[in-house]
Amino acid sequence: MPTEAAPGAAAAIELRSISKSFGAVRANRNVSLTVARGSITGIIGENGAGKSTLMSILYGLYEADSGEILIDGTPVAIRNPRDALRHGVGMVHQHFMLVDTFTVLENVVLGAESGPLLRQSVGPARSEIERLGREYALGVNPDALVSDLPVGEQQRVEIVKVLYRGARILILDEPSAVLTPQETDQLFGILRTLRASGVTVILISHKLREIMAVTDTVHVMRGGEVVARRKTSETSREELAELMVGRKVRLELDKAAPKPGGPALVAEGIGLRDARGVTVLDRIDLTLRAGEIVGIAGVSGNGQSELLDVLAGIRPPTTGRLVVGRREITAARPADPAEMRALGLAHVPEDRLRYALIGAFEANETSVLGYHKDAPFSGAILLDRNAISHHCVALMERFDVRPRRPALHSANFSGGNQQKLVLAREIAPAPRILLVGQPTRGVDIGAIELIHRQLVAIRDSGCAVLVVSAELDEVMSLADRILVMCGGRIVGELAGAEADERKLGRMMANIWTAPGADAAARAPS
Amino acid sequence: MEDWLTLAVLLLAATLRVATPLILCALGALFCERSGLIDIGLEGKMLAAAFAAAAAAAVTHSALAGLGAGLLTALALALLHGYACITHRGNQVVSGVAINILAAGLTIVFGMAWFKQGGQTPSLPPEARFMPIVWPGASAIRSVPIVGPLYANLISGHNLIVYAALLAAPLVHWIVMSTRFGLRLRAVGEAPLAVDAAGVSVSWLRYRALIICGLMTGIAGTYLSIAQNAAFSRDMTAGQGFIALAALIFGKWKPFPVFGACLMFGLFDAASIRLQGVRIGGLGEVPVQLIQVLPYVLTVVMLAGFIGGAVAPKAIGVPYEKEH
Amino acid sequence: MSARRRSLPRWIEVGVIPIVNVAIAFLIAGLVVLLIGANPLEAVRILVYGAFGYPEAIGYTLYYATNFIFTGLAVALAFHAGLFNIGGEGQAYIGGLGVGLVLLAFDTTLPPPLLIPLAIIAAAAFGAAWAAVPACLQAYRGSHIVITTIMFNFIASALMVYLLVNVLIAPGSMSPETREFAAGGQLPFIHDLLASAGIEMASSPLNVAIFLAIGCCVLAWVFLWHTPWGFEFRATGYNAQAAAYAGIKLRRVTLLAMCLSGALAGLVGVNEIAGVHHRLILNFAAGYGFGGIAVALMGRNHPLGVILASLLFGALYQGGAELAFEIPAITKETVVVIQGLVILFCGALANLPRAPLASLLALVRRGRPALAGET
Repeated sequence: MPTEAAPGAAAAIELRSISKSFGAVRANRNVSLTVARGSITGIIGENGAGKSTLMSILYGLYEADSGEILIDGTPVAIRNPRDALRHGVGMVHQHFMLVDTFTVLENVVLGAESGPLLRQSVGPARSEIERLGREYALGVNPDALVSDLPVGEQQRVEIVKVLYRGARILILDEPSAVLTPQETDQLFGILRTLRASGVTVILISHKLREIMAVTDTVHVMRGGEVVARRKTSETSREELAELMVGRKVRLELDKAAPKPGGPALVAEGIGLRDARGVTVLDRIDLTLRAGEIVGIAGVSGNGQSELLDVLAGIRPPTTGRLVVGRREITAARPADPAEMRALGLAHVPEDRLRYALIGAFEANETSVLGYHKDAPFSGAILLDRNAISHHCVALMERFDVRPRRPALHSANFSGGNQQKLVLAREIAPAPRILLVGQPTRGVDIGAIELIHRQLVAIRDSGCAVLVVSAELDEVMSLADRILVMCGGRIVGELAGAEADERKLGRMMANIWTAPGADAAARAPS
Repeated sequence: MEDWLTLAVLLLAATLRVATPLILCALGALFCERSGLIDIGLEGKMLAAAFAAAAAAAVTHSALAGLGAGLLTALALALLHGYACITHRGNQVVSGVAINILAAGLTIVFGMAWFKQGGQTPSLPPEARFMPIVWPGASAIRSVPIVGPLYANLISGHNLIVYAALLAAPLVHWIVMSTRFGLRLRAVGEAPLAVDAAGVSVSWLRYRALIICGLMTGIAGTYLSIAQNAAFSRDMTAGQGFIALAALIFGKWKPFPVFGACLMFGLFDAASIRLQGVRIGGLGEVPVQLIQVLPYVLTVVMLAGFIGGAVAPKAIGVPYEKEH
Repeated sequence: MSARRRSLPRWIEVGVIPIVNVAIAFLIAGLVVLLIGANPLEAVRILVYGAFGYPEAIGYTLYYATNFIFTGLAVALAFHAGLFNIGGEGQAYIGGLGVGLVLLAFDTTLPPPLLIPLAIIAAAAFGAAWAAVPACLQAYRGSHIVITTIMFNFIASALMVYLLVNVLIAPGSMSPETREFAAGGQLPFIHDLLASAGIEMASSPLNVAIFLAIGCCVLAWVFLWHTPWGFEFRATGYNAQAAAYAGIKLRRVTLLAMCLSGALAGLVGVNEIAGVHHRLILNFAAGYGFGGIAVALMGRNHPLGVILASLLFGALYQGGAELAFEIPAITKETVVVIQGLVILFCGALANLPRAPLASLLALVRRGRPALAGET
């Protein structure tokens, strides 16, 4: 039971009129909110709504342009993480701030050592880690190397790190992005225990389900402002979704039934071992058929990215074979991205800024990246800049990329427009196979619909499409066939129409029972 | 039998003397690179320190003044590198190259202007240098078989800086592995974000690493001009700063292996001097240029052959910017 | 470079900042001159006079500039592909060896229209070969190219000394140099060319190699921005991972970039050996390799910028010689110091003027609202 703050008691945190701009982008506009002590508060909003920036300000990673922060009623100045920690604010980041080559103990102790010699810190740290493990179900092995730990345990280390320094206010940034639904439940159990002992928890998320499950209050952010504050028990997913986006959201996509043709890509027994010998992919079999969208669901970090790399020819498989057209790809006869492109395979990587775009290139040049050697963009020796320019303009028209300035540097387009440009580039040559990773990550709602429609359109024209996405909603609405990955293996396959979150969630955690038994266990969501 | 032993002892003694600047530079660079900064400027810092030490010693006739000048000069260049690369997030390789060229030019410009000897500094009297320290009983024990030459030539008779270099390896190892500073140093080279989030200043850590590097290369440069030799001559470092860097990579950024790599380069260098004038049957006399070039060829071979598995600190070479 | 960094208007980025960088470098150089007891303003006057003040001087300035254009282009081209070629000294030296070998072998047997192009190709090929080994080691073994190219500079030095003292030395000569090439193997001097057209020009080492240099600039510009290979260079230089995903073969780019770079540096040999000395000598490339780095950074890696920066450094060399003559305290190493300062302020500290300029701009805009709408 959440403790109601006594009237008149100072809130654990109060933010007053916080504003922050990065150049022309106003990430936070006059944000004011209060967080009661000993509660779990959610801050929800789409990517780019300003929630991460706000929390970074609270944790001292950025300084606000204007506004005040009050902790327990007293105004404080937080200029860096050290100040934040001193005031009892701790943050668990979405991308863990851990040193992979250190042990758990060394990570916990870093920055909070008991003295100039390491020896002085080891004893106290060990006993404190043990105490935290007991009291909050945060069991971690102090001597394990962080790089050996599974993701869920690494997150527990992050929480221990923060509690070790005596934080009474805990900020968690998208904690469930890397957890299975079951691990997420475990995390929420820990959060409830923390709340019971008086710790204040702030949960940043864009997952409506989780906000509804564990928070007492929820603030909705949109476009850098707080647009609503609700008691969780008095609202619903639909209301929150509407508030997040500002209009009624269509969660369903209209699409015709698929007409699958012949196999375009066949993977048999694909296995991959990384540089340390760890098995990353284990006996993957899959077939992509023309005119069908296959979706791969699974918590990030279970081999999806690596599978995409192997299918796109970026990494050769350690075992098994891949057949595309007449070409057989094995460890002994690896392919490379250029060859795969020539075979009719197009690839939109998950991290487009790093792998699909060159920020300093004009949009022109980005629009032919990977195709720059082909006619009509390139003659015998020289590039045909006119042809390139026309091509870019055509892509921008078809995919509504704004601003329509082909000479603008690619880095100056917004994330959504960059994604559209990259997709446009890969779809335009009408590939036979299209591999797409996280197609709408960081993209605004309007663009999501356009991207989904384009993917369905290319499917209808005979392309074999593979979509990897961490958003279950997206996979369920796009895919004709869904494969679930866990621990580097494909653990289940469902037709799109049959899939729901419960089934997929259990597959993702590799607990799968026969279809009949599941109906009895189904609880209202 | 006796001859072989004498030869071995003399060779090893020469190895220690030749390896000393390499050891000091490489271990200094270890701090720098473990913190995530590339330091190509070892050569320049060493050269500048050598000049400053010789100049100060020539003017004051004091070895300690020379040491002080050498330390300050190398420190100044190290801080310049830090200012460019940490505070202004500049390209670390370009900065290092700039420092090397600046040192090469300034040492001669000032040398010619102040001493008018074509770039050299005046020859130093013994009191202005670090002279060999003879341990008690060395001459008495010299004639004793086996132990005698070992004690008299190998252990005794080196100058202070050589002994300091030998102690440097265990000291550096202890600092890096057993102190709070060492833990944070290793962390900042692998995951600067983690260090920042833990409330520790990334910049200040890297500056401290640079300061240590500057001090150690300062000692190395001082050694060259007023301990190993008796004056500064132009370009006297002759690439040893880069060889030290190669030793650092070859030793995988760990103190004891780096120490070993430096000894190996030193041994090779000392041995190759003995090859001068030697005839190899059928091929004639070994050309002097070949001897001169061997250390550089060896460096290339080392870098080509053995680096397959070396893993540099993960964050090396990337200027730290808060990214969110 | 983070795209988030506050970006200044384009005319400031391309025009003002480089000039400010160079100005700071020269200001500090002036301080150094002051420290050694000379008058910096006097020094500048003598420098400018020495570089442009009389007919021979201009010829000399342009002759020096030719070398800087070759090495500056070499460094700039490699930079575009993300590589730092510090081996210009060695590559230029070995390029000269190539020229020397070809001319010594064929200067009496082949006619000039065949001989000279052959010498040029040899210069490029030898320079490329000297860069190829470090390039392969970087591409296939991950060996740090900066260290290996510097080692190869030292090795080139020793190799040339050995060859010139023991193998190629002209019979009966006291100094380490080869015999003089026959007339067919000597590039015409510009003052001779002009003389045969009736124009009088004071004699200087300036020769037709300068046309080769300008030609290389044009070719480099076309290559980088108008060919698919140049596209691949620039893609790799900006974001090697994205380039790999785009199907660009990174190793091939590394090798091609370094070989082209080495080839350009090697062409210094055409200017020096075939154009001026007409025999193979020691140390003809000294200083041009590192000078090329300064030139490339000052010229922002663009062929046009390289030409301008080369003119400046050529003037420095020629003016510097005059300076050393007039003021004994200032030696040619002063130019080395200036090179180092330019590399520092145009390379590592290139962003130093940003914040002050941004504040200045904001101040100006506040006072003049009409400007506030500019991007």
